[in-house]
Amino acid sequence: MTVSNNGTLNSRVPDGNLQDKWDNHKNNLRLVNPANKRKFTVLVVGTGLAGASAAASLAELGYNVKAFTILDSPRRSHSIAAQGGINAAKNYPNDGDTIWRLFHDTIKGGDYRSREANVYRLAQVSNSIIDQCVAQGVPFAREYGGLLDNRSFGGAQVSRTFYARGQTGQQLLLGAYSAMMRQVATGKIQMFPRREMLDLVKVDGKAKGIVTRNLTTGEIERYAGDAVLLCTGGYGNVYYLSTMAKNCNATAIWRCYKRGAQFGNPSFTQIHPTCIPVSGKYQSKLTLMSESLRNDGRVWVPMKKGDNRPPNEIPEEDRDYYLERRYPSFGNLAPRDVSSRSAKYVCDEGRGVGKSGLAVYMDFADSIKRLGADVIRARYGNLFAMYEKITAENPYEVPMRIFPAVHFTMGGLWVDYNLSSNIPGLYVLGEANFADHGGNRLGASALMQGLADGYFVIPYTLSDYLAENLHSEKIGTDHEAFDKAEKETTDRISKLLNVKGKKTVLDFHRELGDLMWDNVGMSRNRENLESVIKKISELREEFWKDVNIPGENNTLNKYLEYALRVADYMELGELMARDALDREESCGGHFREEHQTEDGEAVRDDENFSNVSSWEYKGEDKEPEKHVEDLNFEFVTPTQRSYK
Amino acid sequence: MTIHLKIWRQKDSNTPGRLVDYTLDDVNPDMSFLEMLDWLNERLMNEGKEPVEFDHDCREGICGSCNLVLNGMAHGPYEATAVCQLHMRKYKDGDTIVVEPWRAKAFPMIKDLVVDRSAFDRIMAAGGYISVNTGAPADANAIPVDKYNADLAFDYAACIGCGACVAACPNSSASLFTGAKISQLAHLPQGNPERKRRVVRMVDQMAEEGFGDCSNYAECEAVCPAEISITSIAKMRREYFNALSEIE
Ligand SMILES: Cc1cc2nc3c(=O)[nH]c(=O)nc-3n(C[C@H](O)[C@H](O)[C@H](O)COP(=O)(O)OP(=O)(O)OC[C@H]3O[C@@H](n4cnc5c(N)ncnc54)[C@H](O)[C@@H]3O)c2cc1C
Ligand code: SF4
Ligand code: FES
Repeated sequence: MTVSNNGTLNSRVPDGNLQDKWDNHKNNLRLVNPANKRKFTVLVVGTGLAGASAAASLAELGYNVKAFTILDSPRRSHSIAAQGGINAAKNYPNDGDTIWRLFHDTIKGGDYRSREANVYRLAQVSNSIIDQCVAQGVPFAREYGGLLDNRSFGGAQVSRTFYARGQTGQQLLLGAYSAMMRQVATGKIQMFPRREMLDLVKVDGKAKGIVTRNLTTGEIERYAGDAVLLCTGGYGNVYYLSTMAKNCNATAIWRCYKRGAQFGNPSFTQIHPTCIPVSGKYQSKLTLMSESLRNDGRVWVPMKKGDNRPPNEIPEEDRDYYLERRYPSFGNLAPRDVSSRSAKYVCDEGRGVGKSGLAVYMDFADSIKRLGADVIRARYGNLFAMYEKITAENPYEVPMRIFPAVHFTMGGLWVDYNLSSNIPGLYVLGEANFADHGGNRLGASALMQGLADGYFVIPYTLSDYLAENLHSEKIGTDHEAFDKAEKETTDRISKLLNVKGKKTVLDFHRELGDLMWDNVGMSRNRENLESVIKKISELREEFWKDVNIPGENNTLNKYLEYALRVADYMELGELMARDALDREESCGGHFREEHQTEDGEAVRDDENFSNVSSWEYKGEDKEPEKHVEDLNFEFVTPTQRSYK
Repeated sequence: MTIHLKIWRQKDSNTPGRLVDYTLDDVNPDMSFLEMLDWLNERLMNEGKEPVEFDHDCREGICGSCNLVLNGMAHGPYEATAVCQLHMRKYKDGDTIVVEPWRAKAFPMIKDLVVDRSAFDRIMAAGGYISVNTGAPADANAIPVDKYNADLAFDYAACIGCGACVAACPNSSASLFTGAKISQLAHLPQGNPERKRRVVRMVDQMAEEGFGDCSNYAECEAVCPAEISITSIAKMRREYFNALSEIE
């Protein structure tokens, strides 16, 4: 039971001083002895940073792990695309960083909508992550003396970000993957690539297994386990265009939601300020230009509306470096939500650049003058090359054009301090949970969170649950709960294949994406949210009547996979809009036009919304029920965020 | 612009495949190659035909999923570019492009342009790691690594595991892929204690998977989107011989 007597969710945050909570908690968690570990099977769904680190660590401890991924290999996942870096409170540059400061920046960056204890723990284990990765052979950037190099990132005034050129996510993931492959070789991890989890199996209220589709053969498969770890990433693709990899999806978390797991803060979406702008209808995804570029790039638009001169011909006095102007102390490093909204404002004023007018400049001319092109190339060479490949423009010579894009979802399945959802035995790690980033995620903190969850939190907290369940009955895949889940899954697939309508899945996804971007995007208001809820449900109805899915079930069929995911987005999108409507305040990435100051800054309402909204599924055609978890700030005092 | 495509269609590994002709007359030069395939698929589905299957995920050249041979070149005609980063502006109106899958014994066919590259995972499982358990390591700065070696290790670590090197090699050798991982770890002090065992096991596994030997054609280096240098293969050989001579 997670709903406690006073009607709020129980976060199971341990008592005591902030600094001592995690250590005390570890002292009190039950252990499983080595001989008994062998008796447990843990199903790890998803092998991004969170899943790979969890699978490897649990297998090293002696548990039997079965790991699943949609892709053809655990060496790939969305995590691989992370460019900028990973935070840790090492204080190697001696610039005054501490665990407290990393904690404080992260909770403030999240606009005080996350749990103190979780965020503090994240900062505490951050240093061990760097140690672990270096030992695995992750080639972080180093200085000539042979020691690790750091850089600064948005929302922080210290240099605490570790990086591996512009490919930090790749290198961290390959590190975790190699740790996994070592366990595959020992037989402790059994790897199931090209598998998609389509349902959760519950027995007596506990998570006991999953149902997957083998994406090569179409076969529906059953796997039983003593616990299920969802590490399936974020759901930004609800918006159709985003910086997420094409296979990112919400299916695993959404199916668990429909089996009773609560969904925390679904509307909290991060719109990243520096992405390459949309170029046409055929566009299939958006590309991020790492925020680390804002260390050396200056963001501006023309002072006057309709100034169509090429950027290099616009003199200084006709340029508006609007971030430096509005936020003098953070300037170009203002946090993501603030920067994105500022870009939207200047474009709404008609001062946007490029063909569509939906872009601003990020200019490196000053840095190149100051440091030389070689230094800039060493820092960002691969990003500049990527930009040039996509746009056919050379950013060493003309400023980049950038615009905000959907990038990360802070919302996700609700979890307690142990990373357990409200369904016992179902744990949620990485971007898939709602936990650590509140209303807005700071740069370089998702990699940190995914690896913290997988390497350093779940090995402890899972043992507590398993120890408690040492003597519970083992469930086989012949249990009737598996029959039921499998049947529901095959029925859903046949129903979809039998629609045989006229519109493609892509048509529907684009339409949903437009609705979401226009109404549940950077700026939200009651009227639009109310109407979009209706529109999404109409679109959903149309989808089930008119979608055209080619081919059959019993082969590789990516459009069928895609259709199943879009079907889930059609439901999740509505929940996101509902949550955005319900939260009558502006906080982090959630900006409600009704709640702003005269000069357009967000107005938070701590009186009524210093809490997590956690939604419970009540059945088809019924409205979901909202539960709240109050956020009690014992150690920091929420202040209005100011980056001025 | 108009583009003529000849695309390899194959139902599964038991059914023979063939090239099928398609013409698209509304290709936008700013489309990526994969976006053009999406466009084609939309059209095929609207005509009630089966779309072309191909692997992809990040569409930014980093995950290594995409794998197409265009007019005989793995990842297409441009250096250091995965096929997902190739834009149609690089082609001319009226061009014909033959699109084929990776072809290698060790990469069995799944469907159309999709093949099974799990042999790479088995090579990695044979030794592509440093044996360190979670929680065991010392402080990250305890062992300094000179910048030269750290940067070299990175250059080799940049491999995206796409398999183009195999597809381009007349012998279907996986030497560039395997050499890259061995070289990365051989340039780091952390990898040192296991380097002999690692190289022997990985090289043996590569042979067991059915990849061919390297005879220095260097086709792999030419197509590699991550610009992995063939010095990695030389390094792998040296490591292998050193390991064998000491083990014997
Ligand atoms: C372009 C880009 C750049 C970024 N840069 C940074 C950065 O510099 N620093 C930073 O800290 N963060 C960054 N982030 C955010 C960060 O990369 C992600 O939040 C993080 O990697 C997510 O990791 P994960 O393990 O939770 O999920 P993912 O890496 O998304 O992994 C999800 C896994 O689940 C599997 N999966 C999903 N659904 C199913 C299913 N139904 N069945 C089976 N398997 C399933 C997938 O196959 C995959 O293996 C960036 C994000 C983007 C988009
Ligand atoms: S070495 Fe190059 S071509 Fe071969 S798998 Fe790695 S990135 Fe691809
Ligand atoms: S799709 Fe990821 S490298 Fe091409």
